[in-house]
Amino acid sequence: MRALAALALCACAAAAAAPPRPEPPLPGTHFLGADLKALQADDFANPGQLWVARGEALWSEGAKPCAACHGEAARSMRGVAARYPRFDAGLGRVVNLEGRIDACRTGHQGLPALAPESPERLSLAAFVARQSRGMPLAVSVDGLARPVFERGRDLYRTRIGQLHLACTHCHDERWGKTLLAEPISQGHPTAWPAYRVEWQTLGSLQRRLRACFFGVRAAMPAYGDGDLLALELYLAWRGEGLALESPGVRR
Amino acid sequence: MALGRIQVQAMARRGEVVEARVLIRHAMETGFRREADGRAVPMNVVNTVACRHAGREVFRAELGSGISANPYFAFWFRAEESGEVTVEWVDDAGERGVASARIEVS
Repeated sequence: MRALAALALCACAAAAAAPPRPEPPLPGTHFLGADLKALQADDFANPGQLWVARGEALWSEGAKPCAACHGEAARSMRGVAARYPRFDAGLGRVVNLEGRIDACRTGHQGLPALAPESPERLSLAAFVARQSRGMPLAVSVDGLARPVFERGRDLYRTRIGQLHLACTHCHDERWGKTLLAEPISQGHPTAWPAYRVEWQTLGSLQRRLRACFFGVRAAMPAYGDGDLLALELYLAWRGEGLALESPGVRR
Repeated sequence: MALGRIQVQAMARRGEVVEARVLIRHAMETGFRREADGRAVPMNVVNTVACRHAGREVFRAELGSGISANPYFAFWFRAEESGEVTVEWVDDAGERGVASARIEVS
């Protein structure tokens, strides 16, 4: 009896630590129209490929290029984007892919960090993420990444803004329904950086998250804010196993 | 930075009608947008796109502010001889871009 109670307690604790994920998990493309699906799948017409091409050029540009350490990106960067955000032992904190690129620039290349949403930052991130296309999201949320994961997990369920909504209210409870004319996705972060038609440009996941804050009429966190990073990590865990599709195309 | 790309099939028979696809990286500023501080962003769009093949122009387009950012074109032309298919464009600021692809005609 006691063993059973302990088991039940364990199950509860596990449930609290790892909240349910949408079932079945569906990538963002599932909620797109046929035209945008076709655009994303077309390696020539997908506008995100322009940033990938620029990133490929940047990869071997400069006095101490990325390629000097990492060599051929197709080999060295394969699968890397699927593991971010992650705890970086050298930096002593959790970073996303863009943050890691910046750390390389300031720490190894002697270059200034890139501004959020600058074409160079997006191009490099898109080029690196492109090398992991088709690979399943697989982030680690244990050890030193745990507090950040838990912060993201809790934020995901915290009501914010004048509309007083949390992420979970749309993306867990109402996915597949519509918000005005738009279908609500499950909110998996597999496409980023993605070309968003509304923006007419490539943008990062943080920009997309800020747009959600704006949508529920909450104060938007600044780029690089700990809340956004924590949400990124939580979302990556939540979308575990889904294939990366960067550069994606989104509405 | 002017960035764009063109795609044509690598080989064609003489006189075959082939498709060319062009994608240009450009913000296509309409002139109606304002910065956060209220300053108007001046209009700057790609105003002319022209494509040449085998010494003649096979496609030309004049664009205005109604065309989306990062414009994409697809058009057909008759492949007459082997060589470069070259697309050139220029925007209101005078910045030019060029991209080309090779086609082998047999």
